[in-house]
Amino acid sequence: MDIYKALVDIVGEEFVSRNEEELYIYSRDSGLTEREKPDFVVMPGSAEEVQKIVLLANKYKIPLIPVGASLTLSGLAVPIRKGIVVDLRRMDRIIEVNRLGRYAVIEPGVTQGKLKAFLERNYPDLCHSMPDAPPSATVVGNILIHGQGNLSQLYGFNSTMVTGLEIVLPTGKICRIGSCSLSPYWFAVEPLPYLAGIFLGWFGTTGIITKLGLRLYPRKRLRDIEVFVLDDPEKVADVVYRITHTEMAEDVITMEQPYPMMFRDVVLVQIYFNGDSEEEIEFKRKMLWNSVMNYIRSRDGGFMFLTPDVQEDFLEKPASSVTRFADVMKGGGFVYCGAIIPVEKFAEALRKLKEIAKRHEITYGHVGRIVGRGHCMMFSFSFPFNRADRASMERAKEALHESYLATLELGGIPWKPELFAQKMILERMDKNAAELMKQIRGLLDPNGIMNPGNWEVEP
Amino acid sequence: MMDIHRCFRCGYCKFPDDFSKYNCPPYARFRFESFSPGGRLWLTRAFLNGEVDFSKHLSEIIFSCTACKNCAENCRMGFKDEIVDWIVSARREILERGLAPPFVRDFLENIRKYGNPWGLPRKQRADWLRAKKYDGDDYLLFLGCECSYEDRGRSMAKNFVEILERAGVSFGILGENECCDGNEVFMLGELGLFQELAERNKKTMSELGVQKVIAISPHAYNAIKSYEGFEVFHYSQILRDLIQSGKIKPGELRKTVTYHDPCFLGRYNGIYEEPREVLNSVPGLRLVEMERNRKNSFCCGGGSGNFVFDLLRGSYSPARERVREAAETGAEIIAVACPACKAMLDDAAKDEGLKDRVAVMDLSEIILRCGIS
Amino acid sequence: MFELKFDRAVCEDCTTVDCLVRCQYMDFDVEEAKREIMKLINGEDSVVLHECATCYACEEYCKRGNHPFYLITDLQEKKGIFPAPRPILRQWINLAIPGKKDFPHFPGAKEPVISLCLFPEYIGSIQGKLFEDVSVILGRHFFCQLVYLHFGKPSIIRERLPKIIENIANHGFKEVVFFHDECYSTFTSYANAYGIHVPFKPVHFFEYLYENLKKRESEIEPLNVKVAYQRNCSTRLTPWKEHYLDKIFELIGAERVERKYDRENALCCGGIIRSLQRYDLFVDVQKRNVEDMARANAEYCVFNCPACYSSLAKRVEEKGIKPVMIHELCKLALKRA
Repeated sequence: MDIYKALVDIVGEEFVSRNEEELYIYSRDSGLTEREKPDFVVMPGSAEEVQKIVLLANKYKIPLIPVGASLTLSGLAVPIRKGIVVDLRRMDRIIEVNRLGRYAVIEPGVTQGKLKAFLERNYPDLCHSMPDAPPSATVVGNILIHGQGNLSQLYGFNSTMVTGLEIVLPTGKICRIGSCSLSPYWFAVEPLPYLAGIFLGWFGTTGIITKLGLRLYPRKRLRDIEVFVLDDPEKVADVVYRITHTEMAEDVITMEQPYPMMFRDVVLVQIYFNGDSEEEIEFKRKMLWNSVMNYIRSRDGGFMFLTPDVQEDFLEKPASSVTRFADVMKGGGFVYCGAIIPVEKFAEALRKLKEIAKRHEITYGHVGRIVGRGHCMMFSFSFPFNRADRASMERAKEALHESYLATLELGGIPWKPELFAQKMILERMDKNAAELMKQIRGLLDPNGIMNPGNWEVEP
Repeated sequence: MMDIHRCFRCGYCKFPDDFSKYNCPPYARFRFESFSPGGRLWLTRAFLNGEVDFSKHLSEIIFSCTACKNCAENCRMGFKDEIVDWIVSARREILERGLAPPFVRDFLENIRKYGNPWGLPRKQRADWLRAKKYDGDDYLLFLGCECSYEDRGRSMAKNFVEILERAGVSFGILGENECCDGNEVFMLGELGLFQELAERNKKTMSELGVQKVIAISPHAYNAIKSYEGFEVFHYSQILRDLIQSGKIKPGELRKTVTYHDPCFLGRYNGIYEEPREVLNSVPGLRLVEMERNRKNSFCCGGGSGNFVFDLLRGSYSPARERVREAAETGAEIIAVACPACKAMLDDAAKDEGLKDRVAVMDLSEIILRCGIS
Repeated sequence: MFELKFDRAVCEDCTTVDCLVRCQYMDFDVEEAKREIMKLINGEDSVVLHECATCYACEEYCKRGNHPFYLITDLQEKKGIFPAPRPILRQWINLAIPGKKDFPHFPGAKEPVISLCLFPEYIGSIQGKLFEDVSVILGRHFFCQLVYLHFGKPSIIRERLPKIIENIANHGFKEVVFFHDECYSTFTSYANAYGIHVPFKPVHFFEYLYENLKKRESEIEPLNVKVAYQRNCSTRLTPWKEHYLDKIFELIGAERVERKYDRENALCCGGIIRSLQRYDLFVDVQKRNVEDMARANAEYCVFNCPACYSSLAKRVEEKGIKPVMIHELCKLALKRA
């Protein structure tokens, strides 16, 4: 069977490639992942085309790797066993926004940037929870890896904001989940049995999302930031507890890094808040200040005076400083272990991060995001490397692996783990739960074609 | 190119500043990551490292970049100003290794031999234009290749010459002594040829005692600015000055117009307002902006020689997307200030079947259309 | 190593106690003030050590040449009374540690030379007719360190200052123009009060601007604008150069509006007060100050200190008053010519 020709028949010649150049680019990501090249890259334009590709792949048992912007930095959208990369970014329609119901229905190729711009232009009082990934990251991709965004302190992981799904199942059936399965509205996945869970956090191993309903939230006219500075990491968890208690903050970010010097030896707790008026802003600011007044009085913590340029930098959405970390060593890359940990483990995690960095003679950075009212946090162990220096890449890789281990030791779970860490997680997971995962996959994907290699339980 | 590995392929470069649409012409056209600025840089590095062999497809990836500079405008990294240089260097490397694809080779060969990318006789450069040769006039009018040989460019030149004459401006042209300005030659990586062309033009101009140059093409404007030693104006600046000083007074034109910023005028040289001032000076004319304007303008796809070999052609071409965007504003006229944009958008309007709805007209044509006194 | 030259007798027979009575942030009558200042000169704890907003003004209020503010800061440190939280102080201490981008020597720099302190963002503004042929030095190796007066940590100043002075002196300059008022005050008032030798002559930026404007007097087209001046804290340490400002204003045709919070009655920009975590006071001080400027119909708010600019420019703009650094205003007057 001429698979290339079959793919051309499905999507047209312009959107299939078997050229070395595309195969090269899609065999790696911006982190440290470099793998064997896929056989083809294909860019479908509709759910029907996706369906045809899945049917084809099923028939010939060819691995399919669904890809958004491939920005996980942990190789989740890079083929492990060759096959067909399905780049979904041509499917980038914002199908519907229900203003009063505050939800949007989007295709998988819609980028964070596009949705942000679209809402700002057409629905200025609505927004979605935006991660600090580059704006080229896709909204659906972020949700499928349980990403977090600037509204996660308020509403939880971005994946909890899903109101409906349309999926091409590994067998080629198109399936709708949530209210959209029986109603013209995409308001919620409840009150039906919670099928959405079979697709969120599975890294594309259970199907290809072709539409997604997403909660939108009020966007206030003004946004501001206060940065609380501490020199004792042990106090961070309590500070976060007090701040989240006020329910005045939108987003709470922790930060610790050796450069610039002004950030050294201190932990920054960035508190974002918003309001429709100056009064609302000032009221919230006051509440936030009051919540940590004990630390101010004891001289253990204080709010930083932000010069306008620093303030502007902090308020940028998404924060490009996160991306710019890749240029710290003028080397074009960084990797990180995003540890999902209890907030009370902050100080210990920071200690481990510094130990790891020291041991591997590598510089580090930490940015964390509180999820829920302190229900947990994403704590990044970040390491820049120099793409032109193999040794530095090796050091970063080793530091990353140790960070995964440290995360598990802390009682945390590595977020969007690379293969190595997926294995570590599965080894430690309740055996019956791991077995359940395997059974579900076997049921959905009898031929094992969907992003194989990921979340695989060893026999 | 020592630092080319610094690209993280994060993708800020693909967008305008509000991230609303893909603003990199080849990426918007082809949609494979390999055609994004980051993909191109990574592949260039892989080619230099020997990880990827040279191929026709690789040359298309590298030469389809129009050097529109949107990437540099939106990149967040410390090396942003080097990105276009890296692309130019990659092309130079390909040329130096003797791997130039035929369309580039022909383009450069024609310029080398005939002084224009189409290989047309030098004699035809200005024999069609009734304008006096430069002879110590206030301004030298530099036409550039598109305005010398291409129909729509020629009409731009004719229109502007008519305005200059009616306004009593003292100017002259070089005629067949004008030589390609070399802007595209530079962008395609043939730096040696660019130097030759620049020297040749400089010599011609200096010998005639030229001090002030008006360029119709923003590409020529950009190149001549780099020659140094001349005061260079873009024709939109001259038009604006003629109107402001009252030398010409545009009549009424009740039309809705949108203006398309050329890359080499806008992002490269920061000239955004003068063309708009020209349009706003026309009584009755309503200027509306496209979603992407000024530093966020979406390139017509004609840069880096693509107005000749057009690697971005097809129904998803940037020019066609741009024409659709213009039509969405309700404009009846797309105003342009660059002969490459004019040809690209004019063809695109035809292909899109929008020709009856939106006319592609250059600034001079609009001014003449409304009548001047 | 360096001890404050402080004459307790001067305070003992002072009857007005202006240093504390005139304080804008603490409320004392003469009797209370006397009691508190006596505690201070005896090295005892005083409410002043806890409530001081560190505006430096008492240095100017004291007309008898003593150094009440320097005394306060020394005592704060001695007693471990820190006006700001520890981590904030830590940030400021780290901020001044030289990094890779800081150079201790500027080869080829020659007089006239302007020290830009730690304000690299102003390099581009030191251009044009007023700055022909000037050399610029800047960076952490030239940072005057005086800011620690705000944080009850003046020993750092004395510890780091000799090295800073050496870095400047190594260039062999006889005179150095200081862009940042705080630098000028460090190398004059502070160094003098502690007997720190400064082997070059510090010149205030005002004086430099005045002299150079004067040279180009014929090129000046008066601005005919009303301006409010935001005095920064360190001008209190060196009030003797303030007259240059009035002369500059006169030259460029700027009318310094009569207002409540100007000259000796000036208010802090608020930046430091916020860093000392006194948010309500910060809001109140900025509000009063800006409303006062607006009431006096100021068109511009003129800044001498980049830090004041950072802290107050936005507030001023909200009131429809244009914030401008003094040299930029001078350039405007020349530009028109």
